[in-house]
Amino acid sequence: MGAAALLAGLVVLAAGLELAGYDSGAALGALWSGAFGSWYALTSATLVRAVPLIIIGLGLALAFRGGAFNIGGEGQFYAGAIAATWIGLSVGGLPSPVAVAAVLSGAVLAGGLWVAIPVLLRVRFGVLEVISTLLLNFVAEALTSLLVQGPLQESQRIYPQSDPIAESARLPLLPGTRLHAGLLLALVGAVLLHRVFTRTLWGFRLRAVGLGPRAAEIAGRIDSRWMAALALALSGAIAGLAGGVEVAGVSYALFQNLSPGYGFTAIAVALLGRLHPFGVVVAGLLFGALEAGAGAMQREADVPAVAVYVVEAVVILAVLLAEAARRHGAATLASLASVTRRAPG
Amino acid sequence: MDAMAVVEGFLAAAVRVATPLLLAASGEAVAQRSGVMNLGLEGVMLTGALAAALGAAAWGPWTGAGVAVVAGMLLAGVFALVAIGARADQVIAGTAITLAAVGLTGTIYRQAFGAAGAGLDLPTLSPLAVPGLSQLPVLGPAFFGQPAPTYIGLLAVPVIWWFLFRTRAGLALRATGEAAAVARASGVRTGLVRAAATVVGGGFAGLAGATLVLAQVGTFAERMTAGRGYVAIAIVVLGRWHPVGVALASLGFGAAMALQFLFQTLGLNVPYQLFLMLPYALALLALAGVVGRVRAPADLGKP
Amino acid sequence: MPALELRGIHRRFGSVHALRGADFTLLPGEVHALLGENGAGKTTLMHIAAGLLQPDEGVVLVGGVPRPGLSPRAARRLGIGMVHQHFTSVPAFTVAENVALTAGWPVAPDALRRRVRETSERAGLPLDPDARVEHLSVALRQRLEIVKALAAEARILLLDEPTALLAPAEVGDLLRVIRRFTSQGGSAVLITHKLDEALAAADRVTVLRRGRVVLTGSVADTTAGELAVAMIGERAGEERVEAPTPSARGGAGPLVRLEGVDVARDGGLGIALRAASLTVAAGEIVGIAAVEGNGQRELLRAIAGRIHPLRGLRQVSEPVAFVPEDRTTEGLIPAMTLTENVVLGSSASEPWIRGRTVDWRAAEARTAALLEELEISAPGPSVPAASLSGGNQQRVVVGRELAKRPSVVVAENPTRGLDIRAEATIHAWLRRAASDGAAVVFHSSDLDEVLALATRIVVARRGTLIDAPPGATRDELGALMLASG
Repeated sequence: MGAAALLAGLVVLAAGLELAGYDSGAALGALWSGAFGSWYALTSATLVRAVPLIIIGLGLALAFRGGAFNIGGEGQFYAGAIAATWIGLSVGGLPSPVAVAAVLSGAVLAGGLWVAIPVLLRVRFGVLEVISTLLLNFVAEALTSLLVQGPLQESQRIYPQSDPIAESARLPLLPGTRLHAGLLLALVGAVLLHRVFTRTLWGFRLRAVGLGPRAAEIAGRIDSRWMAALALALSGAIAGLAGGVEVAGVSYALFQNLSPGYGFTAIAVALLGRLHPFGVVVAGLLFGALEAGAGAMQREADVPAVAVYVVEAVVILAVLLAEAARRHGAATLASLASVTRRAPG
Repeated sequence: MDAMAVVEGFLAAAVRVATPLLLAASGEAVAQRSGVMNLGLEGVMLTGALAAALGAAAWGPWTGAGVAVVAGMLLAGVFALVAIGARADQVIAGTAITLAAVGLTGTIYRQAFGAAGAGLDLPTLSPLAVPGLSQLPVLGPAFFGQPAPTYIGLLAVPVIWWFLFRTRAGLALRATGEAAAVARASGVRTGLVRAAATVVGGGFAGLAGATLVLAQVGTFAERMTAGRGYVAIAIVVLGRWHPVGVALASLGFGAAMALQFLFQTLGLNVPYQLFLMLPYALALLALAGVVGRVRAPADLGKP
Repeated sequence: MPALELRGIHRRFGSVHALRGADFTLLPGEVHALLGENGAGKTTLMHIAAGLLQPDEGVVLVGGVPRPGLSPRAARRLGIGMVHQHFTSVPAFTVAENVALTAGWPVAPDALRRRVRETSERAGLPLDPDARVEHLSVALRQRLEIVKALAAEARILLLDEPTALLAPAEVGDLLRVIRRFTSQGGSAVLITHKLDEALAAADRVTVLRRGRVVLTGSVADTTAGELAVAMIGERAGEERVEAPTPSARGGAGPLVRLEGVDVARDGGLGIALRAASLTVAAGEIVGIAAVEGNGQRELLRAIAGRIHPLRGLRQVSEPVAFVPEDRTTEGLIPAMTLTENVVLGSSASEPWIRGRTVDWRAAEARTAALLEELEISAPGPSVPAASLSGGNQQRVVVGRELAKRPSVVVAENPTRGLDIRAEATIHAWLRRAASDGAAVVFHSSDLDEVLALATRIVVARRGTLIDAPPGATRDELGALMLASG
């Protein structure tokens, strides 16, 4: 089903490009070669792009399963990146494993802190986290901009970016490529999350809260509110980790637009992966390929990279529609005014 | 410096900045009253903005605004098809719509106007002074010396109020948002009502985007809406889903956003990013203060 | 000429054949009882008459004229008004707004208020037009349902189990209003599963069993026994009303002890239960008799530990089994499998919960064993709970709870919406739990069920608990249940 959705997305892209006067063949060709055309493309474009998507996607899968709609992955990512940069600039003297651990822990904490406000608002005031996490995205972006033009700006004060972080704080690379150890982190994380969902009591309780919050409270004596809040908090921390990984593994510095929308794309990744950790990995690879290819598409076929968002959107919509069709049967697209068809008893 | 002139200038800026928010939030309030939360509002606004730019470049500002309204309705229609027709999750569908809009507008913009760079030279909507009223001190220029969309936004308030609370159709719409099953049992075609409300909301959001381009900034830039669509949703909550509340909240946000200009005029040197953050932080604070004492339409967000 | 006639109605829902060629005739000016046990198809038949459902086969005639493809709006225009079992008013709206919505009246506030007041008073059901429905009592909401139908100019009222949530005296009032309506020329159908109600209130009666009409005729020409046999067939021998036998198990004192307990209203404002004291010993089955909204929900949930009292003493022996009122939103997670639902209700001491992990294989085996032991018909433990029928779902909930070998069992309306066989099963299980030494506390809005099952009855009225004298009759209990005045 996911493959069909992807195909639909690509078809829509091709059609749209043709309509807009672009050469869709060249565009799609560039898309492919940019993603899979060479060993370098695979490791240093696709996989590198996939890592943050997978990590944030795993966090979102956790949140969504617990019934919390975290749309603030983008902001939490930046929070993590900011912390990682700040720490990364200060740990020069420390041995590498310690420095890296410090950077990543700081990122996790920062992500958790960034989502703490929506968590608080949800628990204490019942504010929909959909809106609160969303709004904080913009605050995080503005904050990043402020920092890289101010306190964190590089020493020469010319460009809006930070100094590079200490060598010891950087993640090891696969020789000859730009692929960093963050990939391992992502994969291990997926395995861990899978175990949590399927084997642990906590994971079961989380799923119960997501699928039936009231029954979880009454029959299961689970505090649904706290469970959802915890899921939300953890997902923020994980998204923060992604930001730290990006800084420690790819950019080695902080600047505006560090994220080309990872937080939003990860929503699609989590959904397409059916909120299953291994599904998230596959979907993350897929979208990583798309975004890697998009860069090539812009360079070689002169098609704006943002066009790939259309593909992503179509994929999400296709999955949604298929999901809805499965749930509601034949009454899906035609139903605009039908009375419910359940037996009244 | 003349204090009166500063205040007048600030108010005028506040109203000007508030107008797109007012338009988008008013439409969204109606949609939410029918039970639909459109997170694609941001994307609809952005689409409206580009449509307005294209339309204005080709045929002039008024046609541009009209094209924007149509474009907004169309995109909202797609959202309605997925979220209402197919009863898919509204949050995810809305997010997808915004994603698509960013991609579409970016692509089309570059195709139509070339790679990002120089601002466009678009014909704009100039302020229309209301004779007499615009001469009032302080309030005059602020409220009555604005371009047409502001008047549309202000007029929409009593019209929406009357529709929601004094007509049968409005009652049916509110019932759909509060208790859709009950509305259906009374013969209301809830799917149709929600779809219509969503599309109307899209038209308003499209006009909001047009206002941004044609009556405020004067050009189009990628992602220029910068989260205003989401702020509009927060405004709906803050305004307690009531047209008058929405208008007041919009004005409040407009004022917060216009503070930037005020500080510039006063010569205060504050990093502009703080002003960027202010509206969102305010929205959060206000949401915390409001929710709990206020009830959303009971069936909001449920397919 | 009949006011309403249904001929040869067939209706299926998937594989369930709900109506198999049912016929029904309503004469002008009569009160006609549509009798049958839960699941017989009564509501389905009337939904078809009101245009809410379409029959797969058969004809609907209104005033002698066939009306194929009847829509709810068309039915309303023809004077058919349905008064639903589950209240169909918008809680956030006022009485006036709800009437306007149903009847299609213009919304101008003063005129509307006046019209609503007039209509309600004319029917003998006065209502305050500006009252918010969510603040109305059950009886007043019922009133609103009828006023809505009358405002829409109904000449044919279809009332679906209208007395289910009313106290006996309120039932009397309602039936009087219906009589008044029919004496003015209207016709009414009373959907009910209560035999004696049908006999007392109606002129004619039709009995549905498994989607077919088994008996129809004048009430004067039939007896309770005949109707009972028609309703439940050959199993009429199984007397529903049995004398319960209290257990003689002694022990170390009461298993439930509440003293001076105050409990806040669940999901609302104010105090629902005030200074309540209750003791339940092992082997007792205490039935709480109450009209909805008088604190029985809060009492039961406080005992079960789902709501915390604001003050007072609560001593309840663990483990506590809790059977909530709404099985699909509170008792089960329909999307999860039966195994998962069993694990959901498990306590940490069960063998399939090892510290922080779950042994799914053991849990599945236990669930399968449970299904077999309790004779629950389901394909296996790994099917989603949503795929089970209501009766089987309830069996799963009760079975899961009782499998904990509880000291205390708390049940809210444990047999609501179930057919007679499922009801008898649940009753048997509850009795067995009591004879095994548990303290059982339950509430049913069906007073007969309380009388049949309980060894002792406590009435909840306006947040206060009143012990019913032993041997109290139905009417005596009813009087206790209602607030004076």
